[in-house]
Amino acid sequence: MFFLSRALRSALTLWAIVSVVFVATRLTGDPTYYLMPAEMPEQQRVELREKLGLNDDIATQYLRYGKALVRADFGRSFFSNRPVADLFFERVPNTLLLTIPAFLLSVAMGLCGGIWAALRHNSLFDRALTTATVVMQALPNFAVGIAAILIFSLSLRLLPSGGMGTWKHMVLPVITLALASSANIAHLVRSSMLEVLAQDYMRYARSKGLSPAVVVLKHGLRNAILPVLTILGLQFGGLVAGAVVTETVFAWPGVGRLVIDAVMKRDFAVLQFGILMFSTAIILANLVVDLAYGLLDPRVRGK
Amino acid sequence: MNQRELLRVENLRTYFYSQGRTVKAVEDVSFSVEQRSTVCLVGESGSGKSATAFSILNLIPKSLGRIVAGKVLFQGEDLLQISPKRHRALLGSDIAMIFQEPATALNPVYTVGEQIAEVLRAHRRCDARQARRQAKALLDRVGIPDAERRLDDYPHQLSGGMRQRAMIATAIACRPKLLIADEPTTALDATVQAQILCLLHDLQQETGMALMFITHDLSVVAEIADRVLVMYAGRVVEEGAVGQIFDAPRMPYTRGLLEARPSVHAGVSSRRLAAVSGNPPDLANLPDGCSFRPRCGYAGNGCDQSMPALETINEHSVRCFHWRQIGAFAPVPEAAL
Ligand SMILES: Nc1ncnc2c1ncn2[C@@H]1O[C@H](COP(=O)(O)OP(=O)(O)OP(=O)(O)O)[C@@H](O)[C@H]1O
Ligand code: SF4
Ligand SMILES: [Mg+2]
Repeated sequence: MFFLSRALRSALTLWAIVSVVFVATRLTGDPTYYLMPAEMPEQQRVELREKLGLNDDIATQYLRYGKALVRADFGRSFFSNRPVADLFFERVPNTLLLTIPAFLLSVAMGLCGGIWAALRHNSLFDRALTTATVVMQALPNFAVGIAAILIFSLSLRLLPSGGMGTWKHMVLPVITLALASSANIAHLVRSSMLEVLAQDYMRYARSKGLSPAVVVLKHGLRNAILPVLTILGLQFGGLVAGAVVTETVFAWPGVGRLVIDAVMKRDFAVLQFGILMFSTAIILANLVVDLAYGLLDPRVRGK
Repeated sequence: MNQRELLRVENLRTYFYSQGRTVKAVEDVSFSVEQRSTVCLVGESGSGKSATAFSILNLIPKSLGRIVAGKVLFQGEDLLQISPKRHRALLGSDIAMIFQEPATALNPVYTVGEQIAEVLRAHRRCDARQARRQAKALLDRVGIPDAERRLDDYPHQLSGGMRQRAMIATAIACRPKLLIADEPTTALDATVQAQILCLLHDLQQETGMALMFITHDLSVVAEIADRVLVMYAGRVVEEGAVGQIFDAPRMPYTRGLLEARPSVHAGVSSRRLAAVSGNPPDLANLPDGCSFRPRCGYAGNGCDQSMPALETINEHSVRCFHWRQIGAFAPVPEAAL
């Protein structure tokens, strides 16, 4: 029952997103201007539009798109004429190469920073971290990326400014991507941990003569992680959005840049598919988080 | 020093710091606990009983307060001075504590079995299987039915009495020499209270541990105590053998507590300590002179000048300027019965 209603809600969400994207793309541009030079005669342009099915009214196009979706036909790129699913999935590994290390790094930094700040409540480290997290959360991803390029690539010439190849190419984009979400996680871990540290069961654990590591990690973190878990799903969304920006800034050939290019060139099918996949990924991530929460909190599991 | 002495607390002071105020929760507290004996710590809510217990274990959170002075000698070792490692080796093993609120003291995300077993694993060389088997035996011992299944229950699946039993099982797991029980029955209803008391008594007989029992309930004190420690506003105001306290109380506060109890030896019903009229003082802003003066019916010469010192005669201590006259003028409550 729970799963049914949840699946239904997810499907509705996806449908709404796809529809909005569909209408918005068609209202904001004409791909034929990117497919052929501007000085081509109008007659040819109309023919091309006819061929691409862009002259029909939007309701007809929408219905046609819907029918194709049901058949799992997501369309082809106007430019390469290749199926969009192929275009998308061949780039997924590149994106994962960025996002998985970034995710792990942000969780690791967020946990360590948050725990340490909570244990040293009101210390210099705690205050510095709190300030840093506020700044990091406020700074847009592209600004961090550009600043990183300016400093580490252009001035210090330590790392490449873009592209893909060696591990050196990964350093800046991964860190850029990880910073914002590690700030979010650190902030949450800190406040959650502070609350947990004041609990009776923490003092009880100490009264049993357990080592500080066992008290803080086993008894503390295990409880403090629960509220953090609920926002990890949201963090995943942030990571996807961050990947789109970061890949663009660092010229990283992943799905984020594919989608941004599609926006620029009004490559409708690619854009729609990209958004559909991002949304699906975020919905699935939140589902995983909820399942994990149920597993980790016995009080929820019992019900 | 006495051969049988297990714990000696000397001039302990613990202050909490909150909102710019200094709350003197434990002020110059000294007492000792002999092996195998039961010492009851009584006093109304906020008199510093729990703060004393946590200070003995050196478990006052730094963020809240500090033990500013004193010694806690356990078998000659000062628990406030020894290395953290040595301290951990003693806690949970030679000294164990049962908390006031089992519902919040047990960790909600671990099973009862795990919370018992981890003490065994920390202090005794034993693997997970042995620890679990011992945990089951302990649950059996404290009277939890169907122990095998209960091992895998989480705290929220147990009743209040069961949780308290689980905490007792954890406390006795390593056969401590000293068990500190902080109002172990206050959160429970009357029949369960009696069962838990019985259990603690039996366990004490069995293991020969000393018991430091914190309570509001004087009828319990009469039943189990060897010595009684009365606390008022962070200080010990009277200390003596149970007979001395009940039959010949010296301090007006203690007398007030006893008078508030209709029948001591019948042990039928008991009123709570709040029955002494008036309110306890603010520990961050104590009155001049004797802390009890605003509520004391016997207050007289000098009571508003300075705090009376603890005076000990016949191993019976009292903190009051006028206890001799008071004892002479008014009959003790027991005599009046
Ligand atoms: N974290 C704290 N911050 C400030 N004051 C505190 C703190 N904890 C306890 N106190 C104060 O210390 C005093 C002693 O508290 P304690 O918990 O030892 O009382 P108690 O005798 O155990 O009372 P009860 O019977 O209600 O458990 C109280 O006046 C209380 O207000
Ligand atoms: S010293 Fe004075 S005020 Fe204090 S208890 Fe004794 S008689 Fe009462
Ligand atoms: Mg208390």
